[in-house]
Amino acid sequence: MFKLSDEGLKYVKTELTRYEAKQSAIIRCLYRAQDENNGWVSQEVIQHLSEVMEIPAAQIEEVATFYTMFNKTPVGKNHIQVCVTLTCGMLGGRELCDSMMKEAGCKKEGEVSPDGLFTFSKVECLGSCDTAPMLQVNRDSYIENLNTEKGVELVRNLRSKARGH
Amino acid sequence: MAEIKYLSEHYSKPEFKTLDGYKKHGGYEQLARALKMEPQKIIDEVKASGLRGRGGAGFATGVKWGFLPNNGEPRYLLCNADESEPGTFKDRLMMERAPHQLIEGMLISAFAIKSKKAYIYIRGEYMGPAAILEKAIAEAKAAGLIGKNILGSGFDCDLDLYLGAGAYICGEETGMISSLEGLKGQPKLKPPFPAVQGYLRKPTIVNNVETLAAVVPIIRDGAAGYRKYGTEKSAGTKLFSISGNVNKPGTYEVPLGYKLMDLINIECGGLKPGRKLKAVVPGGSSAPVITAEECEKATLDYECLAQMGTMLGSGAIIVIDDSNCMVDVLSTISHFYHHESCGQCTPCREGTGWMERIIHGIVHGHGNEGDLDLLIKIADNMKGRTICALSDAAALPVLSFVTKFRSEFEYFIREKKSQVRGGQIYAQLHH
Ligand SMILES: Cc1cc2nc3c(=O)[nH]c(=O)nc-3n(C[C@H](O)[C@H](O)[C@H](O)COP(=O)(O)O)c2cc1C
Ligand code: SF4
Repeated sequence: MFKLSDEGLKYVKTELTRYEAKQSAIIRCLYRAQDENNGWVSQEVIQHLSEVMEIPAAQIEEVATFYTMFNKTPVGKNHIQVCVTLTCGMLGGRELCDSMMKEAGCKKEGEVSPDGLFTFSKVECLGSCDTAPMLQVNRDSYIENLNTEKGVELVRNLRSKARGH
Repeated sequence: MAEIKYLSEHYSKPEFKTLDGYKKHGGYEQLARALKMEPQKIIDEVKASGLRGRGGAGFATGVKWGFLPNNGEPRYLLCNADESEPGTFKDRLMMERAPHQLIEGMLISAFAIKSKKAYIYIRGEYMGPAAILEKAIAEAKAAGLIGKNILGSGFDCDLDLYLGAGAYICGEETGMISSLEGLKGQPKLKPPFPAVQGYLRKPTIVNNVETLAAVVPIIRDGAAGYRKYGTEKSAGTKLFSISGNVNKPGTYEVPLGYKLMDLINIECGGLKPGRKLKAVVPGGSSAPVITAEECEKATLDYECLAQMGTMLGSGAIIVIDDSNCMVDVLSTISHFYHHESCGQCTPCREGTGWMERIIHGIVHGHGNEGDLDLLIKIADNMKGRTICALSDAAALPVLSFVTKFRSEFEYFIREKKSQVRGGQIYAQLHH
């Protein structure tokens, strides 16, 4: 069964007091739980949050399924989200994603690579159109001004980093 | 006229991000001044400045503030930092380079509208800017600029950051309010407008990042000073985010009324060698596209672009040169709107999906002769019939692309390949 860490529990308790309405804490708490659950939101995560937050599971599930940044299926260690909308689409974002997927051994979007290291998603506008094409690795970094070669190299670098260089 | 650093004067200085650095350049002096003014006087000044909302619709800011009812209920100020309209990235620059300018603008605005609680709603993907803002908010709290009895004025105002999680519809003001309430980010029917019944059913003002930041120089220079820039109906300067086929994409501040082609050729260094301008989307993906010929006459203000049947929107300019296939470009736009429709209204939910399927059919070589007229009919039926404007936003690009570049679509349907790039576009090469 999924359970938040002690620190995670403390985080949730603080978030619950942060906004005018306690339900407003759902998004942040889902992020936290997702991070502690290897990058995805399972039914167990929703159940657990529901108990901790004292909010009906249905309401948490509704939020989790509405927003695209919550993953409803397992993802690889590096969830790579490639922007493919308008400018990134025009300047090669889709080709970039395909070639990186090939390098990582992913046959299709959303699939975890055989080594467990990668999942790719083609996502809608990430708000960095001047540095197109670009992508995001997990939630913490934008990687910009890419082309196919740089993308493939990024996959290789992430792989060697995961294998301890 | 040329690029002008009015709002963005100090954006190149790294210290401007910190409270000390911001103060060195006059930061929070306008807040101190504003707190000594009558709130109504601030609203009047903002009205007189002619400031119009920079989030897309261009509604007069001071006028909107005036819609708040005087019923003694608590009021909320929400800063819209969702910035999810494809092509738009100017608010990100502001938040990254000048978080305190936004906070100062929000505190002045909150004081003017008598709000004691303000939120910045930022899209979940903007983790970088969110971290910068959280740091700035903590600094401002520690310095007594946010919280109780701000600068000894007796005014209390709390300010917090709220993180979204990847939904374009949360940029729509009532969608944003739903999201902030801990629900799915689905828009609500208007009226009642948020100014009357918004967050937690209380009077709420929603303004864009750039709008709120602009309140700072309006207090400093007065309405007349602000009006030194821009045109009669489009006062001031504006940040434009330009992307696509130009040599120097980025965010540029110019006075409203600036010539579109000057921005492309002077600030952005023109197009790549040997390329010709084909079209421009002037105000974010929902703004109707204009042809190269129309671009020659376009000035960047609300009235000129409206007259041309398009809009200034959020100030996101996407430059499209002759290496692009308009059918392919429209297919990415249509995919976006279908993906982001919240599904509440039938014309939007079904219409966006139907249009996307037809355009994808054309792209994959399965187009039919009647497709274009059908697209126009569907788009026409989606306009003005739904809870929010996303449906219109999805219909407008389809109408303008298909009408203005019809022959390119017809060629694609007939020949089952694109007119450009030797006929090979992404979909045909890869699927
Ligand atoms: C589908 C949709 C998406 C929108 N996205 C944004 C956005 O990302 N940022 C924004 O400031 N306004 C956005 N708006 C406009 C807001 O609803 C609202 O008009 C605006 O935030 C008001 O602020 P302003 O008057 O300062 O422009 C959007 C509107 C619609 C219909
Ligand atoms: S128009 Fe579309 S996005 Fe807006 S409320 Fe209706 S279904 Fe949702």
